[in-house]
Parts: sequence; C-alpha cells; structure tokens
Amino acid sequence: MTASSRRTTESSAGTRPGGGPVPLPTPKFASAARSALADTGLRRNLRGATAEARARTSAATAEAADWDALREAGRAIGDATLLNLDVHLEELERGVTGAGGVVHWAVDAAEAREVVTGLVRASGAKEVVKASSATLREIGLDAALARAGVTAYETAIADLVVGVGGDEPSHLLSPALHRDRAEIAELFRRTLPAAADLGDDPAGLAAAARAHLRDRLLRARVAVTGANFLVAETGTPVVLESEGNARMCLSLPDTLITVAGIDKVVPAWADLEVFLQLLPRAAGAGPMTPYAASWPGVTPGDGPRAFHLVLVDNGRTRALADEVGRAALRCVRCSACVNVCPVYERTGGRAYGPVYPGPIGAILTPQLRGVESAADASLPYASTLCGACADVCPVKIDIPGVLVHLRGAVVESRRRRPVPTPELALMRGLAWTMGDARRYETALRRSTRWARLLSRGGRIRRLPGLLGKWTEARDLPAPPAESFRAWWARRRP
Amino acid sequence: MRVALSVACFDDALFPDTGKAVTALLERLGHEVEYPPGQTCCGQVHWTTGYHREAAALARAYAALFEGAAAVVAPSASCAAAVRDSYPRLARAARDPALARAAEGLAVYELTEFLVDVLGVTDVGAYFPHRVTYHPSCQAARVLGVGDRPLRLLRAVRGLDLVELPAAGECCGFGGAFAMKNSDVSVAMVADKVRHVRDTGADVVCAVDNSCLAHIGGALSRLRGGVRTMHLAEILAATGPA
Repeated sequence: MTASSRRTTESSAGTRPGGGPVPLPTPKFASAARSALADTGLRRNLRGATAEARARTSAATAEAADWDALREAGRAIGDATLLNLDVHLEELERGVTGAGGVVHWAVDAAEAREVVTGLVRASGAKEVVKASSATLREIGLDAALARAGVTAYETAIADLVVGVGGDEPSHLLSPALHRDRAEIAELFRRTLPAAADLGDDPAGLAAAARAHLRDRLLRARVAVTGANFLVAETGTPVVLESEGNARMCLSLPDTLITVAGIDKVVPAWADLEVFLQLLPRAAGAGPMTPYAASWPGVTPGDGPRAFHLVLVDNGRTRALADEVGRAALRCVRCSACVNVCPVYERTGGRAYGPVYPGPIGAILTPQLRGVESAADASLPYASTLCGACADVCPVKIDIPGVLVHLRGAVVESRRRRPVPTPELALMRGLAWTMGDARRYETALRRSTRWARLLSRGGRIRRLPGLLGKWTEARDLPAPPAESFRAWWARRRP
Repeated sequence: MRVALSVACFDDALFPDTGKAVTALLERLGHEVEYPPGQTCCGQVHWTTGYHREAAALARAYAALFEGAAAVVAPSASCAAAVRDSYPRLARAARDPALARAAEGLAVYELTEFLVDVLGVTDVGAYFPHRVTYHPSCQAARVLGVGDRPLRLLRAVRGLDLVELPAAGECCGFGGAFAMKNSDVSVAMVADKVRHVRDTGADVVCAVDNSCLAHIGGALSRLRGGVRTMHLAEILAATGPA
C-alpha cells in the first residue's frame, strides 16, 4: 500500500501544512455554543429530537437479549481489525480490483478531493449525485467540485433540507435534526419548484422531496457515495440507509465513486453480522435498517460500468498510532453518543464544526486535525465527562477517557509555546501549592480570608479572573472560617 | 475498624461539615477515624483538565500518604473515582509502573460503598425529618457504579421523606473546568437540574459529591430557589429524638 505521490498545492480555508484538513470549526466551541443556546427554536427541536432518539435506542437495545455480548464483540472486532489494518486494507484492494473496481489511496483530504474531481472531470459530467456521507464533507468535496464546474446534489431528504436552508448539518444521521416540520415546509415552499402550495404534513413533504430528487437521480451519470463498511475478504462496500436514495446512486449512474475512511474496513462478512445488529439498534433505527446495499465492483449489463473506491487516511494513521485515541476509529457512526449527550442536546451539532458532532466529534476531529488551533483544542473540553456517551456506545469507546487523554495533548502543545497561557500558569501554581501540605495550608488560610472578604450574607456573588465565569450565574458559598483540617487539629491536639 | 479519612481539598475549604459528619457517623457506628496529616489534593482537577504531569505528582503523593491503610473513605465520589479509575490511566500516561502498583494497593471507598459493602449497614440510626431528593452524580453513578446504595441509606433514615428526582441521571453541568470554560452550556444544564429539583418539592437536595452540590446549590442560591443542598453524609450523621 503506497500513498499516491501526487501532492496537491490546492489551498482552502482550512489547509495547514502537513495534512489535509477536515473543514474547520472556526470559532471555539464555547463561542459557537453561545449563539446556539440563545436560539429557542433550535433548543426545542434538539430537545424533542434527542429525547425521541434516546427512547428509540433504549427500546431497540433493550429487546436484543445479547446486547452486551454484541457490544463486546463489536469492540473486539474493531480493535483486532485496527491492529492489522494494513493487512485488511491490502486484502480489500485485491477484492475490489478483482471485481473490476479501481482503488485509489488518498493520504489527506486534498488528495481525496483531487482524485474524485479528476474522475468526475474525466467522465465529462457537469453534475453528480451524492448519498449522504460525513467522509465527503470531511474532504470538502462540494467546494472542490464547484471549482471544477461540477454541481453536486445531495439525494437524502435531510441533506436536501440542509442544502435549501443554506446551513450546516447538525447530526450525522439526521442532518436536519435542528429543523422542525413547519420550518422544512417553509423552506420547501420557498425553494422547490412546484411546491408553493405545499402544506406541512410529512407525507406531502416527503412526496415533494421525492419528486424533486428523483429527477436528479434519473439523469445523473456519476454518483459519489460514502460507505458504512468495507468488507475486506470480498472487496465489498456496504451502505445502510432508510430512504433508498443511496441504492439509486449505486445502481443508476454509469460511474460510481465511493469515498471511505480506512477505518471502515471489517475483515469478513461474519464480522459484519455483528455490526449490522449493533448499528441500527444503537442509532435508534430499530432491529435493522430498511436498506443494506453492497456492491462488489462492476457487473456487466447491470449498474455502473466503472467503480472507484477512494480510501482516505486524512489523519487516521496518526490516530491509529495513539494507543488511547485509536479507540475512536472503532466508531460506526451510529450517533448514540450524540443523542444522549447533554451538551449536544443544548448546543446542537454545529458548535462542534461542520463534520462530526457530539462526543464522537469531540474525540475524532481533534485527532484528524490536530490540536494546534484554538477551535480544535476546545473540542476535547466540550464535555462534562458525565459518561452517558460511553454507556451507550455500541463498540464501547471510552469517550470520556479519550477526551481526558486529548486534553493532555492540548496542554502538552500549549507547554511548547514560548509564553505560558494564564491557565497553564494557574494550574502550575496550583500544583506547586498542592505539592506540599504547608504551602497548601498557608494558601488555604489566605484564600479563605480573601474569599470571606468577598462574601456577603454567606455567599460570594462575584469572583475575579478566570473564576468569574462561575459567578456569572452561580453563587459560591463563603468558606467557613475554620477548615476541616483546622477543626481536626483543634479536636485532636 | 480503623478508617483513614480522605477529605477533598474543595471540601476542606468550602464544606468542612461533610468531613465532620463522616467522622461523627463512623464514630457513632463504632469505628476509629484517622485523618492522615499532610493530605492536600488527589490531582483530579489537573488530570481532567489535561495537566497530566502535575496530576501524576499529586497522585504519587496521595498514594504514598494512604499506602497501607485498611480502608480509605472519601466522601467525594469524584475523588474516589479519580483514585480508582484515573490513577491507573495516569500511571500509564506517565509511564510510571510504581504509581500503577501503588494505586492498585489503595483501598479507597466512596462513603456509601464503605457503609453498605464493607460495614454492611443501611440503617445508620439517622433521623432527618425533611423532604429530600437525591442527585446521582455522574462519577458516583457511572464511574464508581454506586447504584442504589445512597437511596437504600436514605430510605432507612427516620422521618425522611424521599422523593424521586425527575431526569435524575442527567449531569448537572459542573464538569470541573467545564463550568468555567463552557459556562454558558454549564448554566443551561444546571438550569434544567434546578427545575427538576424544584419540581420535587423537596427541602433538601443531597448527593455524594460536594462539587455537583456546589454547582446545583450555587444556581439555587442565585435564584433564591428555597432548596438546600446537603452532602448525604450530613443527613446520615443527623440524629434526633429516638
């Protein structure tokens, strides 16, 4: 396996030296979250949608008698696969090639964009249809195609809603989760041809979207899709979906281009069996997804005449080298962690950047992109470490553990700066104080006196400096004059 | 039994009544309480905020201080979780097998684990005639897995009217540095927690971790919520007419 020697010099907003970017979460999490928190309609939609998803997941997992054994199997298969990823990827390449497909290796997003754009350009097509894939967003495909004069059309209804609304997806499986029915109806009436009289009943909305999308699907000559899994033993990509749009993308056009991260490999069909049970239940989609399509290469006279599989690294090898962080590569993108996250429920997905939302985004994005920028560095801190995500993860990713590990990476990168951050100075000072009981006791006496001066009526209403964030909306009790240790010393002389 | 008391730095300074209550409670149950001198901080804040080198130094000192104690009781779920769950991780991160061994040798119990599992008591002879609800803090419920131990202890308290907290399992939004770094989200979370607490009509909300209680209590105090926060230990230590 060798990465292509072609290196692009194409630059875009998020490009940094040394690797292709995931499209950027530009502001820090806290700033992005602030505007989301103030959007009452968004808050209501998120509250409703996540509560419903949680209930569905909980029901679907409760009825699988062997759920814990399945999760453990998913974890074990994921770990074993990652430890022999090179072997499985080469087997996958042989399978795809043997079935008449072509495998392309892309070391980063820029290279993946270049491969796909080149293939589309060579086909002569001016438009392509896409089936929902976070990986396509990750590599920033739409903008690259647009620069090449090619229009890309999403074919899933939720992606259509996001597209006509001109905003970013807020969820991996339900990109338009932040929208309610009335908003969607309004968007369709404004933007879809022949939808000016549309009401807001779900069947009518679906019919309008279907009529609109069907036309694009029927005339498309090139499709670009993602894949949920890549079965190495036969070289077969697999996609799970609920609308049938991906199946149409897989079967109608002449050229099919599938873009997938190298972490999507499962060694054998017997392994896939485990994930086909885990993913839909964890996602709250029930015991199975309505459609599970697989396409080994090309079949003469049936479906696409050319099949290309673009395997994307884009930071995954770096994550794989991290013995704690690599657990994130087991992710099957079910979004169970997203749906239970109390932070996500209040901020929505866009605060996490445009690609991977919620707890999985908070551990995946900083690993794919690094933690040098303030926005990337803020993601591992976008969690209270409450652990609700780890409880529901179908492949048992210890998300809080990885978050803390990545916080360590953020701090290490800050230590390399010539001037220490205020937080680093504070935390070092605190550790120095705590490193010795006498120093601690002196500091305790001093800060108690100081805090009591700040207090009124037994509570502190305003704290200075970094602690001022606490008292923006919360009081702090005034420390009693006598600490526990002082009491103990007095009691037991 | 001889018990080594581990008092969180946070509790030492802000909530000394919790340590006093644990002392009173364990002595009432006939045990000897020691407060090993020289304790400072378990290193939890440094660990969870990413300052792993500093956390490792504090963890080594903590492990040395409590080494050999038959039972270390911490009335702070997050400190107990730090020692039990984080120290092994911290030792791996710091490539310090000696710390890993020392951590493994520590017999650290969160208070309700110690009462129910080690001492085998649920009725500690407490009397507390108030309406009380219990917030299961995330570290207690998810990391330590204390389950219904706190509730079993509360149910055995005479005079106490225990009311269920709606959406009890949802985090209060404290999360250590999260409360400052993401204060807006943190406040949005505690607003919902406070709403649920007030919906119970309880006079007192209790937990086994004062950091969550400082967060919930801080919001209740700012809003003049009319609900007191109390560590579970203080309820269990309370006695009254026989």
